Amino acid sequence: MAERLLTTSKAIAEAIAQEMERDERVFVMGEDVGAYGGIFGATEGLLEKFGPERVMDTPISEMGFIGAGVGAAIEGMRPVVELMFVDFFGAAMDQIYNHMAKIHYMSGGRVNVPMVLMTAIGGGYSDAAQHSQCLYGLFAHVPGLKIVVPSTPYDAKGLMIQAIRDEDPVMYFFHKGVMGLGWMTPNPRATGPVPEEPYTVPFGQAAVRREGTDLTILTLSLMVHRSLDAAEKLAEEGISAEVIDLRTLVPLDRETIVESVKKTHRVMIVDEDYKSFGMSGELATIVVEEALDYLDAPPKRLAVPDTPIPYSRPMEQFVIPSVDRIAEAARELVTS
Amino acid sequence: MALSKEQLLDMYRMLVKIRTFEERVGEIYYEGKLPAFDIAAGPIPGEMHLYTGQEAVATGVCAHLRPDDPVTSTHRPHGHLIAKGVDLKAMMAEIFGKKTGLCKGKGGHMHLFDPTLHFGCGGIVGGGIPHAVGAALAIKKRGEDRVAVSFFGEGAANIGAFHESLNLAAIWNLPVVFVVEDNLYAISVPKSKSTAVRSNAERGVAYGIPGVQVDGQDVIAVYEAAGEAIDRARRGGGPSIIEAICYRFRGHFEGDAEKYLPPGEKEKWRQKDPIHILGNQLKQQGWLSDEEAAAIQDEMTALVREAEMFARESPYPAPEEALEDVFVNL
Ligand SMILES: Cc1ncc(C[n+]2csc(CCOP(=O)(O)OP(=O)(O)O)c2C)c(N)n1
Ligand SMILES: [Mg+2]
Repeated sequence: MAERLLTTSKAIAEAIAQEMERDERVFVMGEDVGAYGGIFGATEGLLEKFGPERVMDTPISEMGFIGAGVGAAIEGMRPVVELMFVDFFGAAMDQIYNHMAKIHYMSGGRVNVPMVLMTAIGGGYSDAAQHSQCLYGLFAHVPGLKIVVPSTPYDAKGLMIQAIRDEDPVMYFFHKGVMGLGWMTPNPRATGPVPEEPYTVPFGQAAVRREGTDLTILTLSLMVHRSLDAAEKLAEEGISAEVIDLRTLVPLDRETIVESVKKTHRVMIVDEDYKSFGMSGELATIVVEEALDYLDAPPKRLAVPDTPIPYSRPMEQFVIPSVDRIAEAARELVTS
Repeated sequence: MALSKEQLLDMYRMLVKIRTFEERVGEIYYEGKLPAFDIAAGPIPGEMHLYTGQEAVATGVCAHLRPDDPVTSTHRPHGHLIAKGVDLKAMMAEIFGKKTGLCKGKGGHMHLFDPTLHFGCGGIVGGGIPHAVGAALAIKKRGEDRVAVSFFGEGAANIGAFHESLNLAAIWNLPVVFVVEDNLYAISVPKSKSTAVRSNAERGVAYGIPGVQVDGQDVIAVYEAAGEAIDRARRGGGPSIIEAICYRFRGHFEGDAEKYLPPGEKEKWRQKDPIHILGNQLKQQGWLSDEEAAAIQDEMTALVREAEMFARESPYPAPEEALEDVFVNL
C-alpha cells in the first residue's frame, strides 16, 4: 500500500486528536485554535471533533492562559497550549520561565507539570523583528523545560504524542516553513509519509539525515532542509557532508553528535537563532569538550549575526542562513 | 462644539486619504503572490493588516492632536499614522522595505516609527499601551501640555498590559487617552467570547477613569468624544478611555478566509461606511457636491500614486545594512 503523505501541520493536528481520543485529560487552548484551526493549522479540525469544551479559544491573555495551563497540568489535566508565535512569549514569560519550568524542582519532585506549550518559530518571509524569531535557545537555557523542534511531518507527529504523554513540561517549536502551509513559500519536505496509527518518537535521539565523511552539520528545524540542499550541492563538488537533525535540544543526543564529529573531524552548526549565547555556542562547546582531539579545525557557526530580524528582504535573507551560505561555510571549513 | 465646514471637509479628506492608501496597498500586496498565494513574495511581503472601515476612529481622534502629541499604535497602524500627518512617501517606502522608508526597511508595515510625529507601533498586542503611559509620564514630569494617545483593539483589552497601564495612568493622573477600537473580533475570536463585560468603556470604572462608548463609524461622534477626553488630559484632568465600536471591512490580515464571520454581517456593516456617513451629511448641508467629492478622491489617488512610485523607484537597503542600528554605540 502506498504510504500516506501528510503536511507537518496536519501531522501535528492528527497527533493531538489521537491523544485526545485516547486520554480525556488532554485539552487544547490558545488564540484562534478553534474555528480558525490555529493560524498555522496545528489544531485544524479539532473543534469539529471535540467541541468547544476541549478546544478552547482564549482571549489575548498569554500570561493568564499559559499560567492556567500550568495550574491545570498540576491538577492532573494534560493541556496542550498554543502560543501563536514564540515572539509573544514576553507576555507570559514569568509563567513559562519561573513556573512551568521550575515547579517540579522547587517542589522537590513532588509536583508534576505535564503540559505542552507549542509555538510557531522562524522567519524568511518578511514578518520582521517581532514575528520571526526562533528563541528555542532561550528556553533551552532555563533548567526544567524539554525542548522539541521537529523538522519533518513524521517526527512532528511522533514527537507531539511523546510530548503529550511526557510527565514534564515540553515546549514544542514548529517552524512556519516546515508546516506545509499553502500560503508559505513551498517546501517539498514539509509533506511526507506519516503512519495513521499513533506512535512516538523518543526525546534525546538525533537523526542522521544524510551520512557523510568530510564534515558534520549539526542543525534542526527548517535548517535541516537547507543543510540537506547544501549537502546536495557540496556532493557535486566532492565534499561529503553529514547532516544531523537534533530533533530535541533538551534532552540532547550528545552521543550522536560526538560520534559523528569523531568520524568527520570537522563540525559546523547551522542555527536560525541568534548567534551569541545560544545553541551554536553550546554545541560547539560540547564538541570541544568531548572530541577536541579529533577536530582538524575549530567548530564553525552559522547563525543570525546578533541582529533582530529585519523586515526588508535583502537584509532578512542576509541574516538568516541560506543554502548558498551554508554551502560556502562548509567549503571554508573543509579547506581550513 | 459645532464643527465648521472646513473642519468637516478636512476630516472627510482624511477618511478618503486613509481609505485610498489602504485599498491601494491591498492591491499591490497581491502582486507577485498569486496564483498560489506566497506570503514571502511580491513588492510587499509579510503579513498585512489593513485599516479599511475603521478610518473614522483615527481621523476623529487625531484631528485634535498636534504633531508633538505622542501616539502609540498596533499591528494595524497605517490609519493612525496617516491621520497623524505622516509623509506618505516615506511610509509607503517602508512598507515596500526600501532604504528611503521611515525605518530604512528595518521595520515594515507593523513597525512604523516616526519620531518627528512622536509615533510608534508594533506587532505585539498591547505592547504600545504602556508606552503611551510612559510618554504621558514624561509630559507630566516636564509640565508640558501635550497629550499621549494609545490606539489598540478590543482584543488587546484582555492582556495584562492594558489593565496595568490603566491603573498606572490613574494613580499618576497622567495626560493619556486610551482608544479601544472595538471591531468585534480579535482575528477569529469574537469579543463576546473573550471579554467578560459588554463594554470596555465600563472597565474604566475599575480604575477610576472616565469611559465613553461611541459609534466608531461616525467620525463626528468620535471627534466629539475624543475632544472631551483630550481637552481634559491637556488641562491636567487625567486619563480617559474611549471605546469606538467599528468594523474592519477586510480580513484580519490579507489572505484571511474569514470562516468565522456570520453570513451577511460584513455586508450589513458595509452599509455603515464612515466615508458615506460623513459624505452624506456634508451633501445634505450643501457643503460637498458629487464633483467635489470626486475631486477629493482624485487628489488622494494622485497622492497615494506618488507615494507608490517613490517607493517602487527607491533602492533596497544593501544586505549588510542589516548589521547597523542594533545599538547607538557599541
Ligand atoms: C501578545 C500577542 N498575542 C497575540 C498576538 C497575535 N495577534 C495579532 S493581532 C491579534 C488580534 C488583535 O485583536 P485586536 O486587539 O482586537 O485588534 P484588531 O486586529 O481587531 O485590530 C492577535 C491575537 C500578538 N501579535 N501579540
Ligand atoms: Mg479587534
